[in-house]
Amino acid sequence: MFASRTRRTRRFAPAALGLSLVLTVAACGGTTQDSGDDDDGAGDDGTAAAADPDAEYAADLSIAMLPKSVNNPYFEASSDGAQSAVDELGGEYEYTGPSDASASSQVSYINTLSQQAADVILLSANDPNALCSSLEQARSAETYVVTFDSDVDPGCRDLFVSQVDSDEVGRALIEMAAEQIGGAGSVAILSATANATNQNAWIAVIEDELANNPDYADIELAGVVYGDDEDEKSFQETQGLLQANPDLGAIISPTTVGIAAAARYLSGSEFKGQVALTGLGTPNQMREYVKDGTVTEFALWDPTALGELAAYTGAAIASGIITGAEGETFTAGELGEYTVGADGVVTLGPPTRFNAENIDDFDF
Amino acid sequence: MSTDTAPDRITQAQPSSSRLRSSRIVGWDGAIVLVTVLVIAVAALTVEHFGTSRNAGFLILDLTPVLLLALPMTLIIVTGEIDLSVASTVGLTSSAMGVMWNNGLPLETIMPLCVVIGAVLGAVNGILVTALGLPSLAVTIGTLALYRGLAFVLLGDTAVADFPRDFSSWTIGNLGTSSVPNVLIPLIVISGLFAAVLHATPVGRAVFAAGANPIAAAFAGIPVGRLKFWLYVTSGAVAGLVGVFWTLRYSSARADNASGLELTVVAAVLLGGVSIFGGKGTLPGVVAGVVLLSSLQNALRLASVSTEALTVVTGSLLIVSVLAPNVVTSARAALVRRRARLRTTPTS
Repeated sequence: MFASRTRRTRRFAPAALGLSLVLTVAACGGTTQDSGDDDDGAGDDGTAAAADPDAEYAADLSIAMLPKSVNNPYFEASSDGAQSAVDELGGEYEYTGPSDASASSQVSYINTLSQQAADVILLSANDPNALCSSLEQARSAETYVVTFDSDVDPGCRDLFVSQVDSDEVGRALIEMAAEQIGGAGSVAILSATANATNQNAWIAVIEDELANNPDYADIELAGVVYGDDEDEKSFQETQGLLQANPDLGAIISPTTVGIAAAARYLSGSEFKGQVALTGLGTPNQMREYVKDGTVTEFALWDPTALGELAAYTGAAIASGIITGAEGETFTAGELGEYTVGADGVVTLGPPTRFNAENIDDFDF
Repeated sequence: MSTDTAPDRITQAQPSSSRLRSSRIVGWDGAIVLVTVLVIAVAALTVEHFGTSRNAGFLILDLTPVLLLALPMTLIIVTGEIDLSVASTVGLTSSAMGVMWNNGLPLETIMPLCVVIGAVLGAVNGILVTALGLPSLAVTIGTLALYRGLAFVLLGDTAVADFPRDFSSWTIGNLGTSSVPNVLIPLIVISGLFAAVLHATPVGRAVFAAGANPIAAAFAGIPVGRLKFWLYVTSGAVAGLVGVFWTLRYSSARADNASGLELTVVAAVLLGGVSIFGGKGTLPGVVAGVVLLSSLQNALRLASVSTEALTVVTGSLLIVSVLAPNVVTSARAALVRRRARLRTTPTS
């Protein structure tokens, strides 16, 4: 009894393992990364039809927004913008998405929307590639895919509505800092993580401007520190920066977590009003620090305008006003006229600057 | 007389008894099968687009990882243990797959290696639980964090996405020109294998015995520790397989793949009528639990029900699935007791 039980128990697990092996191996033969993959990146969006810039917006479009995750104030602000654009055009609007920001949860929602035959999906993607096959299926069922805020591989969508151009963000950041310290002095950067792509792109622009723009000849970069987008770490790094650089003129924090933590530290310290703080933050987070004089001016794109532009862009391609080719133009309601750039990118514009005069006009 | 009043778990361990078979049809897992069929029928009639073959394909793809992970999880929970590290194992094998692919290994080598990696990760759980005698809840919460951490060490925030299209399109594709997904065949084979092992082999009886009463099982000569060890190895190997499936399905090897999925898996297993205390459960019930959970989510999404409401429905179902079998069991015990009393009173 004992012996037979043991043998069977032992035999069972390797059998299950073996079966799994067979199943995985059974696929086919000899594929490595180097062997190449020709069908990949074809990127043909099949929009052979010509654009008609004089066409009217179609009146009965169903437009759905799929954010990275729901219950996120940033995307709710975008949704408000998209909703007002769709209302303006007389279409049907839906806001739906997963509660966790993962690519695989978004796939189910894309599948659902393509089943419901939505005309346009406005998507902020959690992964540049993981959504591609479901987006392809959606597009083959005549759904237009417009990404906003966070793009997918350009071959997998029709258009991307970019919040800002990264050069413009970098330039706006150094310009605000220079204005606030009178064009001379030292500045330090409080970034998010050391490998954050967007942060590093902006920092590179700032470094480039400091090195090559004669307007900033008297400004030097004291250093870059990383708060890892953690409130407490950003708070401590701010403290460290001020202690290590007694002559510091300004801190630039191009991250909403960092700038809020730095503002909290500054507002309670002797450096309040002495050391300038600017960067990228949300008006709701920064309002009290603007009102108490810790912060003069900071910037961010307006997510409501971004959502509105995304909705107009989606409606424009679904109505045949544009096809997604470079150089085409369309009018996005009150936002004005926009031109489709290379790779089907439509850019919202320079970041919006927030200061004591306009901060109460925004709620996000 | 004595069989009538015997505790339920002992009769469960002897599935050949015909009396049990009839009780299983009205039992929780039987009820879940019926509810699942009912939900699918109602959804097909009332929710637009639900009954299409295309949607069925999406549904099957969505439930594949949950179902695969639920199979070994069922056996582990029946033995009275748990494995909460499965989703992290999926993430770690997915990361490993990305790293191996970046280093130029052929996919045909990577895929079986991923299953082996999963098995090794499962063996670590197995050793900690059986050789060191640590509680599996604590061990696998630990490896849940550890394996996910290692996944991030391997791949960081980046994703590896340049897997060959043939492989991912096979994964999400259909058999020939039909609308039957390719993955359905392996799913049926593997589920059938697990069902056969649990319900028709001495290993399965050992699993029930180990969960119902580990001391008695040990006295009966069942190597409880070794059995559990191999169950953990199997669970890890299946998680490795799911890691491969997940990576190919989404063409994206990421460290955060499948995060949080362990809770869905445990929820589906409990919904399928497996007792969290061990010793009780059936695989058909678990399959129905997985299908029910996935169909409900799919149908509610198609009906444009908000994500919040969807989470509430899933959470409520889980509570019901833990509560209801207990209510049913105690109600049945009370009935048996009353019958016994009625039967004995007149004669004495």
